[in-house]
Amino acid sequence: MDPKVSLSRLWRDEHSRSVIIQVLAVVLIFGLFAYLVRNAIVNLEAIGKGFSFGYLQEPASYDINQHLIEYTSRSTHFRAMLVGILNTLLVAVSGIVLATVLGFSLGVLRLSKNLLANKLAHIYIDYVRNVPVLLHILLVYGIIVNTLPVPREAQSLGDIAFLTNRGFFLPKPIFEPLFLVILGLFTAGIVFTIWFRRYAADIQRKTGEHYPVFWISLGAILGIPFVSYFLIGGPITFEIPALTGFNFSGGMVIRPEFTALWIALSLYTAAFIAEIVRAGIISVNYGQTEASLALGINHGRTLNLVVIPQALRVIVPPLTSQYLNLAKNSSLAIAIGYMDIVATIGGITLNQTGREMECMIIVLLLYLSLSLLISFAMNIYNKRIRLVER
Amino acid sequence: MFDSVLKFKRPYSKEVLGMRVTNFLVIIAVLFSFTVMADAGTLENVKARGKLNCIVSSGLAGFASPDEKGNWQGFDVDFCRAVAAAVLGSGDKVKFVPTTNKTRFTQLNAGEGDILFRNTTETLSRDADLKLTFLPVNYYDGQGFLIRKSLGVTSATQLAGASVCIQTGTTTELNLADYFRANKMKYEPVNTETNEESIVAYESKRCDVYTTDASALASTRAALKKPSEHVILPEIISKEPLGGAVRHGDDRWADIGKWVVNALIIAEEMGITQKNIKELAKKPGNNPGMNRFLGTEGSMGEMLGLDKKWAVNAISAVGNYGEIFERHLGPKTPLALERGLNASWKAGGILYAAPIR
Ligand SMILES: N[C@@H](CCC(=O)N[C@@H](CS)C(=O)NCC(=O)O)C(=O)O
Repeated sequence: MDPKVSLSRLWRDEHSRSVIIQVLAVVLIFGLFAYLVRNAIVNLEAIGKGFSFGYLQEPASYDINQHLIEYTSRSTHFRAMLVGILNTLLVAVSGIVLATVLGFSLGVLRLSKNLLANKLAHIYIDYVRNVPVLLHILLVYGIIVNTLPVPREAQSLGDIAFLTNRGFFLPKPIFEPLFLVILGLFTAGIVFTIWFRRYAADIQRKTGEHYPVFWISLGAILGIPFVSYFLIGGPITFEIPALTGFNFSGGMVIRPEFTALWIALSLYTAAFIAEIVRAGIISVNYGQTEASLALGINHGRTLNLVVIPQALRVIVPPLTSQYLNLAKNSSLAIAIGYMDIVATIGGITLNQTGREMECMIIVLLLYLSLSLLISFAMNIYNKRIRLVER
Repeated sequence: MFDSVLKFKRPYSKEVLGMRVTNFLVIIAVLFSFTVMADAGTLENVKARGKLNCIVSSGLAGFASPDEKGNWQGFDVDFCRAVAAAVLGSGDKVKFVPTTNKTRFTQLNAGEGDILFRNTTETLSRDADLKLTFLPVNYYDGQGFLIRKSLGVTSATQLAGASVCIQTGTTTELNLADYFRANKMKYEPVNTETNEESIVAYESKRCDVYTTDASALASTRAALKKPSEHVILPEIISKEPLGGAVRHGDDRWADIGKWVVNALIIAEEMGITQKNIKELAKKPGNNPGMNRFLGTEGSMGEMLGLDKKWAVNAISAVGNYGEIFERHLGPKTPLALERGLNASWKAGGILYAAPIR
């Protein structure tokens, strides 16, 4: 056969055509990539800048106001990077938690028959979704910094906590050795709960008898440790912040940069989550609820056993991308000087060392890992709640 | 077509992953492409373009800021104009590239500017590691502290525990860390990207003190609502020799920048001003040094690869160093800075330019 004919046949065949296109695309992308890498290296070398990560071991020489681990200006750039990573993780994780709680509540309110609650939630969602997140961040930050008092005129909360425009100063818990007992009880509570849930499910399957699993778990995880805490004499003491000179010292502080970023990211993402939750719940046919009620299952259990499990299947995939958005939007921290990954390794370190390429590669890899980690965790969860076919 | 959509299975995670990977590749590509630079000499590029791209600050009154009409004004701006005039014959052939402290060197090295005049301190690491060639110092500065009078602080040694506003990517933040460490004091750094943001933070009392180069503090103080309620503390905690800079690797271009700055300083020493230069340049006088400067004798301009009248053009455009200083920073301006160290060596300062010969 004439090769021309077979080539055009290859092209006409849907399957082989798609293979050809994909191969071409991969070759092109890699070619472009190789060209750019080469170009970058040649250009960097032309101005005498090698490619090396040695600078990470040098002292950073700058201070960072919020560090979850020990850090001084004598620490290395590597440690400054760790400080940045932890700050990003802190705001991303707390943001995801708050956004989820708020988002689910708003989503449920949107379905409420109470017109006022419903409309308020609606207005909130529409407003928040249509204003860029950066503006939310600047707005919240502006409000905190401009309306709260300076430390000397701090708003005292029972003389143990203080509200200022430099942050929220709280008593800092100092754990004494005996506290390990409480920690032990807490862990034991969790282990017990895991076992007990299985046991209770088993009994229910066999006998139909129903234990109050929730209350027993709560008692095991929180109740017992809580009571024992007082029985062994409260092995935590508190360091109360006190005004010394310009600022409060001692205690813990939640800085306005963190608060603003956390609140703004959560409020913003919550609006999207609310819509996802609403859509998820609506997607469960009302017939299901009716059927469940007809079987004599009460409202609470209908919601828990029939509606929510099915809604979750619709909710979780888009929820994952909201979590990813939140994590990535946290890089807007730079606008208000919150010291995250971008501000530390991708900002000050980059600028002071002139290692743009190396620093940006690190920053990209960090965000990539964070995103993959979130996707991974959500996929595991997604698998667990997937429709089980029997 | 539709068939493949309909039959599409939903491996959610892989799709998301695939998208992330492509996004990542695109970002990398953009990152790399920004290091793609033109390779001809900077002088040729500037001449071919007919415009000098000059990196300045994003707005610091007195040094570089656009006026109501959008024309850039200031001390640093005039140095840009002088270079443009020397190279292209007109001080207006400049495109100003505003940058933050953080982006200035990256932008210079990526070729987005030909030269930088941006309150920039010459340091060893910036020279050797960031690969900048510094031009002669055009302003001898040092880091100071601005604080509200009402706080009753009279010396920087009383600042223990204060919240201090700084801009990231500066020598300022490094000096500050060293100073407080050496004096065994604690402080809370409040980071901002620009002078503008620092002022906002300072005014809202997010920080007690604002620290940066003393010249910039004078500019900032003048821009505050009630300047008289704020003081600049007496301590100067660092040396900040501010100067222009170009990329490593183009010596001819660095020479041009260097000698334009020197020419502005020398013009003041010789008493050559924007006013009298036309007259002086008409014909050679009997001062050979002056003649060389004015291009009526010798071939100084040609040696630099420029026109004979390079220095005349520069001075005609912006005047000599003293005139530039008076216009933007001197006692008649809101900044009201004294010449101090920045007076000519003949007048008790340390401004001392190598001779044109
Ligand atoms: N001289 C120091 C500090 C430079 C600096 O902080 N400049 C500030 C104020 S002095 C500035 O130009 N700000 C204007 C802007 O933010 O665009 C350095 O080179 O690192």
